[in-house]
Amino acid sequence: MLRKVRTILACIFFLLITLLFLDFTGTMHLWFGWLAKIQLMPAILSAATAAVAFIVILTLLFGRVYCSVICPLGVLQDGVSCVAGKRKKNRFRHSPAKSWLRYGVLGLFVAAAILGGSAVVSLLDPYAAYGRMASNFFAPLYRGGNNLLDWLAERVSSYAFYPTEVWIKGWITFGVAAATLAAVGILAWRNGRTYCNTICPVGTVLGFFSRFSIFSLTIDAEKCTKCGLCERSCKASCIDSKNHTLDKSRCVTCFTCVEKCRFGAMKYAPVSIGKKKNIKPEPAGKENSAGSGVSRRGFMSIAGVLALTQTIKAQQLKVDGGFADILDKKAPERKTPIAPPGAVSLRNMNKRCTGCQLCVSACPSGVLRPSGKLATLMQPEMSYEKGYCRPECTECSQVCPTGAILKIVPADKSAISIGKAVWMEDTCLVNRDKIQCKSCTDNCLTGAITLVAINPEDKKSLKLPAIDKERCIGCGACENLCPARPFSAIYVEGNVVHHSI
Amino acid sequence: MKKKSKVAINRRDFFKVAAAGTVTAGALVYQGCKPRSSASAEGGGAVGEVPADGMTYRTNPHTGDVVSLLGYGCMRWPLRKKADGSGEEVDQEIVNTLVDYAIEHGVNYFDTAPVYIRGWSETATGIALKRHPRDKFFIATKMSNSSDFSRQTAINMYNNSFKALQVDYIDYYLLHSVGGGDGVATFLQRYIENGVLDFLIAERKAGRIRNLGWSFHGDVKVFDYVLAMDIQWDFCQIQLNYQDWQNATGRNVDAEYLYGELVKRNVPAVIMEPLLGGRLARVPVQAFSMMKEVHPQDTPAQWAFRYAGTPENVLTVLSGMVYMEYLQEDIRTYAPLVPLNEQEYKTLEEVTKVLIDSDYIQCTECQYCMPCPYGIDIPGTFGHYNRCVSAGKILKSANDNGYREARRAFLVGYDRSVPKLRQADHCIGCDICRSRCPQRINVPSEMRRINLYAENLKQKSVF
Repeated sequence: MLRKVRTILACIFFLLITLLFLDFTGTMHLWFGWLAKIQLMPAILSAATAAVAFIVILTLLFGRVYCSVICPLGVLQDGVSCVAGKRKKNRFRHSPAKSWLRYGVLGLFVAAAILGGSAVVSLLDPYAAYGRMASNFFAPLYRGGNNLLDWLAERVSSYAFYPTEVWIKGWITFGVAAATLAAVGILAWRNGRTYCNTICPVGTVLGFFSRFSIFSLTIDAEKCTKCGLCERSCKASCIDSKNHTLDKSRCVTCFTCVEKCRFGAMKYAPVSIGKKKNIKPEPAGKENSAGSGVSRRGFMSIAGVLALTQTIKAQQLKVDGGFADILDKKAPERKTPIAPPGAVSLRNMNKRCTGCQLCVSACPSGVLRPSGKLATLMQPEMSYEKGYCRPECTECSQVCPTGAILKIVPADKSAISIGKAVWMEDTCLVNRDKIQCKSCTDNCLTGAITLVAINPEDKKSLKLPAIDKERCIGCGACENLCPARPFSAIYVEGNVVHHSI
Repeated sequence: MKKKSKVAINRRDFFKVAAAGTVTAGALVYQGCKPRSSASAEGGGAVGEVPADGMTYRTNPHTGDVVSLLGYGCMRWPLRKKADGSGEEVDQEIVNTLVDYAIEHGVNYFDTAPVYIRGWSETATGIALKRHPRDKFFIATKMSNSSDFSRQTAINMYNNSFKALQVDYIDYYLLHSVGGGDGVATFLQRYIENGVLDFLIAERKAGRIRNLGWSFHGDVKVFDYVLAMDIQWDFCQIQLNYQDWQNATGRNVDAEYLYGELVKRNVPAVIMEPLLGGRLARVPVQAFSMMKEVHPQDTPAQWAFRYAGTPENVLTVLSGMVYMEYLQEDIRTYAPLVPLNEQEYKTLEEVTKVLIDSDYIQCTECQYCMPCPYGIDIPGTFGHYNRCVSAGKILKSANDNGYREARRAFLVGYDRSVPKLRQADHCIGCDICRSRCPQRINVPSEMRRINLYAENLKQKSVF
């Protein structure tokens, strides 16, 4: 019974959190955004005291329920382990706790968090790890399915669906997600919750609290026949049936043992005071953390510097119809990355973001993508090749659970300067093709770009764009819509600290 | 970027619905602004018989040619993806089917040009016609020397038409789109200073051109100038429909004047844009009801064709029939033609008022502006907007009834019919297209207008 309730709850939580990463319409987070906010790391990073307190109290009361219900990575491992268990039943064995590893990883994690090694924090945070999997593997499938439905809807003149773009936003992050999935998946397939009890810093912290939990699983020595079934079904490997002991710090309260025991010897009940607790710290085993080679993103192709931007000219012999080819845009090398409005500063982003990819998944304009730089690995940064930061959209600030992007409303947004447009004299079409292009001026949302005559004496003189930096908010409309390709002739450099205009 | 194979004028969305006979004006609004893009050679919306021997013919007073009142415009042949996926090509099988059907049902005038459909029209038309006896059809093609005025280019273009069409004489040869560019000066550059017109007159004498004429768009001074030249023009091609009769838009000239001048000089008129690129087949609900009240069975397209065919000096009316059902319907309209009566003319005057008050962009999707060097799909963008106008789905303000549905239909339909990179927001305002547009649309300004509308909807701003 307890196990069924736990399983059902876990499935619901898992599904809804996954949906947060899949949804691109911006409706899901209105209802279920809180699910990301009660994840431990986001709660700590956003200094959400109530959420942290809730998790600690929950653990002190009921043990590591968090790990088996709320944590999506935990539930994912249970899923994998369950499938493996269908092939080989009762395959687990008690193993001693690997405390040195657990506390070692935790120490590293805390040190990284304090010293600013955000990549380590991102890698180890279980919620972020799951977020990367959901946004890199599940979201593209989901969107592909949506596009299929849109295609069908179009056949019957329905506007129920609309098409969306499917693309992998950062290959390094994709690789990290794949490596994490492989490592966690193999561990779960073979040994159940090994990852949670040896590496996961959240598991270690909650394990510490769960030692003192009021409700916990205990073995009734009177009823126990030492058949060992509980031990062999325990995916946390925390039951030593021979000695009638159970390591509360590693137990994730999955209730499998309760269901398995044929003699009613497993009990989930408040601990009676004075009963001895069994903790056996023993150094043993060697597990590798899920990591992957992190390479610095290569410089923009050297060719990029040489190859001037170009658009396709109309054919020499003009015939009617057809389309000019459009080259894909390439990202310029920005000296300062651009953080989304609400992030306040690059420092705030770097300190708080765990790289869960929720904002990246939510961005409807294809602007956010995970960074490939070591210092900000997997944290979101902006680039305007596929779209620009639209004035009506505040999706990323709505979904961010860690406070890396604070909540803003569209009215604030038009006054927050996240960057500055920079104009490239040589590649601007007006100079290059001698044609009066008005793209950046027409599309600037704040009127920061004006056209100024090259030769003020001549009334027919071509005009060049001039940027009023005081009015530029760095939204990237000019960069995205600039006809110079593959490199735009106007691009945005980020502001280290955002400010209002 | 992929292009939708949507060459179609989607003009008879209403027709199919009306054929069901149960539709109310209110329900039509929910047609949405979706383009119809399925090409087929099979008849779909046909109602009743398509007579094979009822076609109305007109006689050319100069050569005695007996020409079918329905002429086939070959500017809009259906396209398909190439088998190897490397782009598009004309769907020759469908073209053959359509041409065969047209000839069987009495159509004998086929109008093409070297520049139509990216330069593919002449060849495709030639292949289809080659399968019929040469005396069964008249072929019309043009001197489309609008980008390069040299004599040699013009003569090459002329010679190439014979090869592409696989013929040794051309029945109707036109100076293409006279009146464009910089007025009379451009006309002189294109045809007089380089001796091209003299060359063509000599060719007519030699019998390789049977009728020499010109098509007109634009500056009325050029029309008067060319008509007054000391040359016997065998025909002249003009834009004529009930909206343009007295309310021509842009720099177009009222058809009433053009037609009147042609009658005075005994020059037969070939009619183009009888439907304004489909817009007269897809009229707003209010106009639709007016026509249905008079003739419940007739479609707006039938009204427009009867209008264009009624004047006696009209030799033939060109229709770019992409789909079999359009062809069948147009044949029925002209087999035989029932001329409009006084009361029907009055109805169309009322309809015209509705059309003029509508927010249409005067685009006939002729593709002359394409390709835009910056990749914009100009006719696609205008077409989407106009379809939304026809469906009554353009909002006047953010407080209108049905705001949510209209917003969604416009925005989702926009992304479906035009790839994002080819939409109005990417227009740079360079003006290159403006001189190419026979309707004289201020393309960049209309693009900005559409973009502003789309932005209002996207940002949900109050307007």
